[in-house]
Amino acid sequence: MNQILLLLPVALLLGLAGLVSFLWSLNSGQYDDLDGAMQRVLGEDDEDAPGA
Amino acid sequence: MSVNCCGAGMAAEACRNVDDLSKVALDDELARAGRAMPDGTAEYVLNVPSIHCGACISAIERGLAKVPGVVSSRVNLTLRRVTVRLDSASRAAGFLVPEIERLGYKAFPFESASQAEAAERRRSSELLRALGVAGFAAGNIMLLSVSVWSGAEGATRDLFHMVSGLIALPAVAYAGQPFFRSAYHALRSRNLNMDVPISLGVLLAVAMSLYETFTSGPEAYFDAAVTLLFFLLAGRYLDQLMREKARSAVTGLTRLAAKGAIAVGTDGLLRYVPLDEVRSGDTIRVPAGERVPVDGRIISGSSDLDRSLVTGESVPVAAGEGQEVEAGTLNLTGSFDMVALRGAGQSFLAEVMRMMEAAEQGRGRYVRIADRLSRMYAPVVHVLAALAFVSWMLATGDWHASIYTAIAVLIITCPCALGLAVPVVHVIGAGRLFELGILMRDGSALERLAEVDRAVFDKTGTLTSGIPFIEVPELSAEEAGIARTIASHSVHPASRAVAEALADRPGRPVTDIREVPGFGIEGRSSGRLVRLGRASWVGEIASAESRNEGTSLAFAIEGAAKRRFILSETLRDNAREAIHAMQKAGLSPEILSGDSPAAVRSVAQLLDVPAYAAEATPQDKIDRLQEMRDEGQKVLMVGDGLNDAPALAAGYVSMAPASASDAGRQAADFVFTRESLSAVPQAFAIALEAQKLVRQNFALAIAYNLVLVPVAFAGLVTPLIAAVAMSASSVLVIANSMRLSSRSQRKARPAGQPGQRHSVEAMA
Repeated sequence: MNQILLLLPVALLLGLAGLVSFLWSLNSGQYDDLDGAMQRVLGEDDEDAPGA
Repeated sequence: MSVNCCGAGMAAEACRNVDDLSKVALDDELARAGRAMPDGTAEYVLNVPSIHCGACISAIERGLAKVPGVVSSRVNLTLRRVTVRLDSASRAAGFLVPEIERLGYKAFPFESASQAEAAERRRSSELLRALGVAGFAAGNIMLLSVSVWSGAEGATRDLFHMVSGLIALPAVAYAGQPFFRSAYHALRSRNLNMDVPISLGVLLAVAMSLYETFTSGPEAYFDAAVTLLFFLLAGRYLDQLMREKARSAVTGLTRLAAKGAIAVGTDGLLRYVPLDEVRSGDTIRVPAGERVPVDGRIISGSSDLDRSLVTGESVPVAAGEGQEVEAGTLNLTGSFDMVALRGAGQSFLAEVMRMMEAAEQGRGRYVRIADRLSRMYAPVVHVLAALAFVSWMLATGDWHASIYTAIAVLIITCPCALGLAVPVVHVIGAGRLFELGILMRDGSALERLAEVDRAVFDKTGTLTSGIPFIEVPELSAEEAGIARTIASHSVHPASRAVAEALADRPGRPVTDIREVPGFGIEGRSSGRLVRLGRASWVGEIASAESRNEGTSLAFAIEGAAKRRFILSETLRDNAREAIHAMQKAGLSPEILSGDSPAAVRSVAQLLDVPAYAAEATPQDKIDRLQEMRDEGQKVLMVGDGLNDAPALAAGYVSMAPASASDAGRQAADFVFTRESLSAVPQAFAIALEAQKLVRQNFALAIAYNLVLVPVAFAGLVTPLIAAVAMSASSVLVIANSMRLSSRSQRKARPAGQPGQRHSVEAMA
């Protein structure tokens, strides 16, 4: 029972962290140009940062 | 918020030069599309439809980085747009268009998103957010539920149920909103849609599970409720995504059409006037290469007019003083002044728009297959659940067991698979169409296309490509060289064809080249006059006066013999194959054209189409489609011109090439961007496949219900069975839909033979 009391919040927090990061990435426009992201990986400009 | 910069102010200023004026017009338009940033910079969005790969991204971004005044630029490959940030909001942004063109891409100012589009965007990001929340909740609750199913008991089970409830309550309250809202609206207007049983099922399941949790009951349905929402949201989101993608692709094509006119003031100065401020009586200048903004009568100057998009005529016509011109006509060779006869609101274009609207209303609202099914399905679900409750009450008198069974029935019948059955197929279908260069407006277009049993084609610009084919006579090296040089100085389609046909002959120097609107081009070579154009006009300088040859095209050097060129229309690539494919599919194609009977007849014979009509006005076209509809036929209309737009709207489903008039593209359900006409049979084949898969998916979903509803009715469905059944049926439906994409990879794409040309004696 004790392990559960520890593991349960840990599992939930991890899941919540996932959800928060998803919402963050959504709001910062990272899903706006999926085709472009696919191509940019192959580009040569390393300084090319997203979010502009 | 729009940038208040000199671009807008400058537009009001008068200029003497038409080129300056079109630059001002561009600045003005971009200024309206710009957004001022708090740090003093300004952001502009441009449509660049030809962006298509990773190399384009870096070419444009690097190219723009070198341009003074540009702070940053970012290409969006999905939407084919470029967002450029300039260092100052007071900088006129018109220079961006030629800068991007210098990099090799055509750019157009992006018209700021309409309110409807912004609403769609909000809707889809709301759905995505809800999907994320539901996914998180479903995953975590499932973890806890698996522990319960594998034997957690007593206090542990209650704790797990409690935690599940703590996650499920806010998740359902948030992610369920799209369904609750839609169900509420339906109920208020005394309707029943599929969202009603979904909302009812989810809410009852949560309420029931809460009761179970607090009474230490053994079974809670939190996982089923949240998973249900997750699957349904996935279907909704896909549907929404596709609609948005199609919309942005189509708006991306919208060209920089005449949005304003160049007015000639009484003082002789030129002014740029927005289209809706043009009044009848104004004097308007139309430079060569521009479209006529409003209906008018020419008062000075002459030119050749390309009316193919307006009336369907394939041959450019000469126009001079006193002649009336319709809005939308392309001015090919000379600049002319005209007096506006009507404002933009009453022009030919506006007339066509009115007919289009009327035709669209006549078409009636198409009810999508999923909606039709859910109209039948929703009442059945409610009746079944109620029946389960009543019969259990009568049989056992146990409240708890009866409600429990009724909820199980609701959850099992909730259309997870049904919600995914259509959108997944349509998204994959749209993806395949996109690969083939075909853009789709919405999913219902694919459904309608599959039901079509008749096809009607426009001729000019649809079956034929706008570029004429030319038969070159025997020419000496000198003649060929001179003809090539002077032909390349004109944008007249016939000249372009001559220049193209003679592209491999070395050019000769020609001086004093000038275009004589309505007649042709002339110049001087080694002191002698040379002419390319109307045969009778060329005959004036040729050695022997020959018989009158009307408007056919000829070339001569002063004092030498006249050479005749035979011009003919070219069929669009694969037009013959496309028509044959449609005939084989039993669609009996028909040609409805506004062109002359001779021109239509020759194309019809070449394509083996027995049914054709020539000199059809827009109204004639609608009438013919109406006639077919009255006979119970579902017509696919393929056309491009302004004169086709009402017919495109009246057809059961319609297609237009990307080269079509704005009105034509707006009215069409599909727009194909490649030259080849095979797009039509290809789209039809995909529509048929999609229809088959949608039906299979429905069959799967119904089979699933037939098996599990009796089980639920018997009260044997545990939360575990519900979860497994729901996921299994959804996965099955998705897997089945995927076959639409894999099939395309197995089948080799039919290799089109581009550039094959059939000549038609029509333009000669």
